[in-house]
Amino acid sequence: MATQPSKTAAPPQPQGFVYLPLIAGWLVPGAGHFILGKWIRGALLAASIIGMFILGLAMQGKIYSNGHEILELLGLVGDLGNGLLYIVGRALGLGADSVQVTTADWGSRFIVVAGLLNVIAAVDAHNLRTGRKLA
Amino acid sequence: MIFRPSHFTAVLLFALFASVVFGITQRETPQRMLRYGLYCFLMFVGAAIVLSWVMYFIAR
Repeated sequence: MATQPSKTAAPPQPQGFVYLPLIAGWLVPGAGHFILGKWIRGALLAASIIGMFILGLAMQGKIYSNGHEILELLGLVGDLGNGLLYIVGRALGLGADSVQVTTADWGSRFIVVAGLLNVIAAVDAHNLRTGRKLA
Repeated sequence: MIFRPSHFTAVLLFALFASVVFGITQRETPQRMLRYGLYCFLMFVGAAIVLSWVMYFIAR
């Protein structure tokens, strides 16, 4: 007698390096979704995160570079979420040295939040890759 | 390039970008993504307006 295949079979295990979308998504906003073939989502995420980062710079926001004080450290952690944007921004000396106008304060927040949103997007790409998120 | 938006313009831009990311990452189907993104946008902007009025009356 032939056995019936189970309807509650375990989902297929992901093949290959499952952290690639996570790392790529952190380094380049939207890249994690591009790797998975989610072109529209990746483009929207990239436009939002890169746009927020660029607007933050245009508002004379500050890119945090050290963590001597707790608030600076929190800003640095948020900024690091931008991946290559942060590294390139630091290398080119972008961003204001100090916050002198009101819009610069908002710009600094834009840059930090862009980094935090990029981390969320990269984790979403990882969840799609591992199957934790279905579509 | 220097960009100096008004406070409300900055709120709108912040809400737009954050809502797009929240919508895409926190829901699974395009229709639900759109609805959740719109909900987040309205909540961001609505909360900013309500808190602005609260601060206005506190300051008086």
